[in-house]
Amino acid sequence: MPYALKIALRYLTSSKAQTALLVLGVAVGVFIFIFMSALIGGLAEFILARTVGDLSHVTIEAEDTDPPILITPAGHVLAVTERGRARTATLAEAATFIPLIEDVPGVIAVSPQITGAGFLTRGAQIAQVGVTGLEPGRESAILNLDGYMIEGSSRLGTGMVVLGQRLADDLSLRLGQTLRLEASTGVASLLTLGGIYKTGNGRMDGNSIFVSLSTARTLFMMPQGVTRIEIKLSDLNAADATALRIRALTGLDAVPWTEGAEQLMEALRAQAQTGYFLKTFALITIVIGVASALLLSTYRRRPEIGIMRAMGAGRAFVVFVFVAQGGLIGLLGGVSGAVLGYLALLPFPTREAFRPGSLPLDITQGSYGLAITLTVIGAILASILPARSAARVDPVTAIGQ
Amino acid sequence: MSALVEVAGLVKTYGTGGAATPVLRGLSMTLERGEMTALLGPSGSGKSTLLTILGTLMKPTAGSHRMLGQDLVAAGDSELTEFRNRHIGFVFQFHNLLPDFTALENVIFPTAVRDGRETTAARARGRDLLVRMGLADRIDFPSANLSGGQKQNVAVARALMNSPELVLADEPTGNLDRASAAQVMALIAQINRDEGTTFLISTHDERIAGLCRRRITVADGMVADASGGG
Repeated sequence: MPYALKIALRYLTSSKAQTALLVLGVAVGVFIFIFMSALIGGLAEFILARTVGDLSHVTIEAEDTDPPILITPAGHVLAVTERGRARTATLAEAATFIPLIEDVPGVIAVSPQITGAGFLTRGAQIAQVGVTGLEPGRESAILNLDGYMIEGSSRLGTGMVVLGQRLADDLSLRLGQTLRLEASTGVASLLTLGGIYKTGNGRMDGNSIFVSLSTARTLFMMPQGVTRIEIKLSDLNAADATALRIRALTGLDAVPWTEGAEQLMEALRAQAQTGYFLKTFALITIVIGVASALLLSTYRRRPEIGIMRAMGAGRAFVVFVFVAQGGLIGLLGGVSGAVLGYLALLPFPTREAFRPGSLPLDITQGSYGLAITLTVIGAILASILPARSAARVDPVTAIGQ
Repeated sequence: MSALVEVAGLVKTYGTGGAATPVLRGLSMTLERGEMTALLGPSGSGKSTLLTILGTLMKPTAGSHRMLGQDLVAAGDSELTEFRNRHIGFVFQFHNLLPDFTALENVIFPTAVRDGRETTAARARGRDLLVRMGLADRIDFPSANLSGGQKQNVAVARALMNSPELVLADEPTGNLDRASAAQVMALIAQINRDEGTTFLISTHDERIAGLCRRRITVADGMVADASGGG
């Protein structure tokens, strides 16, 4: 063991109570750092899971082309073709692209869909609805429809419809009843209510209905292709990169969820920044604590430093003794704080089990290594001033004290 | 053969301007190898300042200071630190041991600092020195638990650890009872005889001075009288 390290250890162990208090102070700072990391990270995870978890992470949507216009060289419009009632924008080659998209790393589900608008009629009651045609067997690929079912089944057989609780309440619907759905194309179809879901999102529960893809083809007069492909990723933070990759692979306009979610991203950034501030304050507290304790130690040990210098210890040796003390305090406090933080986070539910109302502390986001590393670096930096002060001790004056 | 230590025209002034206090005023002297010299003089005569300069803990305001042929006035701090560690030992009036260390750890400190670690050889020499000092049963004692005489013996052992050419002792027995003082001085005299280590001992005690073959008396920052020796 380097001799200066031995001296540093001896100094720390010779004042056990003082060292223990100092380590405890550092550990509390690290505990706060870890707790804040787990809370801010968990909160972000929770918010994302609640807001984006059920959304498509990357979406490919067919774009409507502008209606043809006949125009003179002078700029006069002579004729405009009226937009047809049927949906014209389709991803006609969807069947070709889907296997390619499914093979993109990070893609866990692909859901081809036909979407449109319509009117749902039950007796004299009419409601305007958004219709989504899903492939049977992939009903829960993007939105966890199955998980939100409160009555019936999410299974979308031909002629079946699944809708939200609010809409069911508005139209006084019960399972098994027959409804009439008239699409924006004018095509109408009689459907049987197969299931009722409740997501907690009022707009969705009151407006969105799901039918099978084949039913949607009939309603929207779309014998082939789809209007939209929704893609779910294992890591929603990889949406931007994956969208770029899909774009390059297919030439389709793949849009990540982050586009159009600026407010959410801004809120998450603000939340993360708050976390950085709190963690920085915790680190500053550690640095000030270590620096003041070592400065006091330097003052108390001035005569000993003088003796060491007289016996041939160089300034670098003295600096090392005090910096090593700082580093050891940081390491001990950092590890103790990290262990305390981990133990304190253990009783909280894992991120998969977060429930509304509970504190979303994510034990995996405690930043334990970072906390220990920053603490050791902070403690070493904090010890430089006392160490330099110790190295400047004049042995003649110090020994004479 | 050149002298072990040569100082010439040594001036040391504390403070500047109107507050300037001259302590050494052109002091010149030499120390030969193997000498045991008493440094005498009244309080405030400049003895401690001279020892401090000879120990390379402080530089003179003017004059030359050479030891083992090396110009120590021109040397830098790290050079002086290394020189001090290898060639000079100190015995202070108040032992000045490191309180959190055992007797042995205090003794081997100069060697451990030089080598960067505690070697087996250093521990063996430290033990030998402590046995010679009559502290065989106090080797691993915390230094804070030793008596005044024992502490001073540990300090002497520490001063000898790196086999320095010169040991500077500032009132080494000034804080001891008569019996302990006699024991410490007997040890110093024996080491001087056996190993030829040069000792310069600052003292007010005539009995201690009487044990030395040479006497240098300092008064008003100058050598007032030098007798004995070569």
